[in-house]
Amino acid sequence: MLVTQQEQLRNEVNALVDRLGPGRSSLIPILQDVKWRYHDIDSDAMQIIADLLDIHPVEVYGVATFYAFLDPAAQGEYVIRLCRTVSCELAGKDAIARQLEAELGIGFGDTSEDGRFTLDWAACMGMCDQGPALLVNDRVYTRVTPDTVRQIAAECRSAYSGHSAEREEGYLV
Amino acid sequence: MSIETQGNTLTFASIDGDAGLKAALAMSRADIVDTVSASGMKGRGGAGFPTGMKWNFAGSERGDEKYVLCNADEGEPGTFKDRVILTEFPDLVFAGMTIAGRAIGATVGIVYLRGEYTYLRSHLNAVIKKRRADGLLGKDVGGVKGFDFDIIVALGAGAYVCGEETALIESLEGFRGEPRNRPPFPVVAGFRHRPTTVNNVETLASAACIFAEGVDWFKSFGTDRSTGFKLFSISGDCEKPGVYEFPFGISVADLLKEVGGSDAKAVQIGGASGTCVPRKDFARQMAFEDIPTGGSVIVFGPQRDMLAVAENFLDFFVDESCGQCTPCRLGNVKMLEGARMLQEGTCSAEYVAELRELSITMQVASKCGLGQTSSNAFMSILEHFGDEITSRAPQAETARS
Repeated sequence: MLVTQQEQLRNEVNALVDRLGPGRSSLIPILQDVKWRYHDIDSDAMQIIADLLDIHPVEVYGVATFYAFLDPAAQGEYVIRLCRTVSCELAGKDAIARQLEAELGIGFGDTSEDGRFTLDWAACMGMCDQGPALLVNDRVYTRVTPDTVRQIAAECRSAYSGHSAEREEGYLV
Repeated sequence: MSIETQGNTLTFASIDGDAGLKAALAMSRADIVDTVSASGMKGRGGAGFPTGMKWNFAGSERGDEKYVLCNADEGEPGTFKDRVILTEFPDLVFAGMTIAGRAIGATVGIVYLRGEYTYLRSHLNAVIKKRRADGLLGKDVGGVKGFDFDIIVALGAGAYVCGEETALIESLEGFRGEPRNRPPFPVVAGFRHRPTTVNNVETLASAACIFAEGVDWFKSFGTDRSTGFKLFSISGDCEKPGVYEFPFGISVADLLKEVGGSDAKAVQIGGASGTCVPRKDFARQMAFEDIPTGGSVIVFGPQRDMLAVAENFLDFFVDESCGQCTPCRLGNVKMLEGARMLQEGTCSAEYVAELRELSITMQVASKCGLGQTSSNAFMSILEHFGDEITSRAPQAETARS
């Protein structure tokens, strides 16, 4: 990471710490924000967060690697997670999985070379009566058919900011 | 994005939760707890701990600060009633949290919303904002001098185990969602080591209903030991999946008739950590004294391969075990391997017996509910569908023939 980028990240994390407080409870909201902005949480970011919260970077690493949505590895701009738990399985998620792989040209767990898509599995996401269901970042799609997979991919390729959820609100006192 | 409820009309739709809040605020703190205890309500998340007792414990603890946590980390496979409640009846949940805050003497309530429901956050925050403007949150709530209570929404980040109350607290504190040793229980030392009550979304909404309509009204639903009505999340092989409300005590057969799943060969009740009920047992009741449940019902049609179902559940648990204790971390992997060996037809009866023993070890020795219940589904499928499962030909043989 360039020094200027490091500075930028430090400033951003600093602003978050100012808003959320320097307590340990701020760690997950900060990681969520960094992950959302940069699509990864690299070792520099972990070090910066650790410095500003006054904890060891290993603590940051431990938390980031624990949660599925905070995966420190670099992911695409659009992370598509297909639910693989039983109700969506019964509803035919296998066909959707194959269609996603074909449409995006990547397998599950992979990120496309242009950095736009990551394809992954989700554990039950609470849309069991409307399966198969998937998440594109924070957005939920239900009753997905092989045909709508194409639309979803096209939507992501064209819309630039259509999927960015609003994050300006406070997470925790 | 589609948000829809199917199924029958929910009682929640006809209840004014804020009338309940008003009624509760007119009572003494002890009377609030007594009312909930008298209603006999048990926790709607599935564990079925009496809510009044929980509030009583948290209320009688001393603490400079206490917390009300709303468990909206609805991760149990096949469960989605809380999504519907939060979408359509958030005021009931917030009224319930405020009543709980009054009962135990808390000033802060936190909704722990699972990461998959991030899209609900702005909706919930808008409702909270409106409640503040209406004087139902903030300082002197409902005009009661000295009763300050506010609610915030915190987001989870994709971990099933955080639905376990102590793991949820760890996560809120900024740690890995690893369950704590108990005692101390959260009612004594919970969030930030202060007395804390952690209640399910539906429990809090139902509490508001009890104060709006009265204890007798609430007890007119359900059975003696499982009072009230319950929301069920129905999915799988049925004509009308969705969220349904039934009084406790309904039989599996009656429920299936209602949702158009009468030809089912089995239903999974209570999600991946629940039990598989075969057709011959459809007369059993959904109630804490018979089949306890958080309301998840997954219907399996006549053609379903039950071993594939077991494998799907075990795969889920291998993924979601927090890895902290050995019986759960390794036990689930062994269970999944066993299911796959059965699938391939390479599992000896001797090994199946060993898996049964391992299942008991996991139930006894795991630290939290995850490992204690994760092998239930597999074991009940083995018990009821043994013929279907253990008689599989080895795959190599099938390929040759």
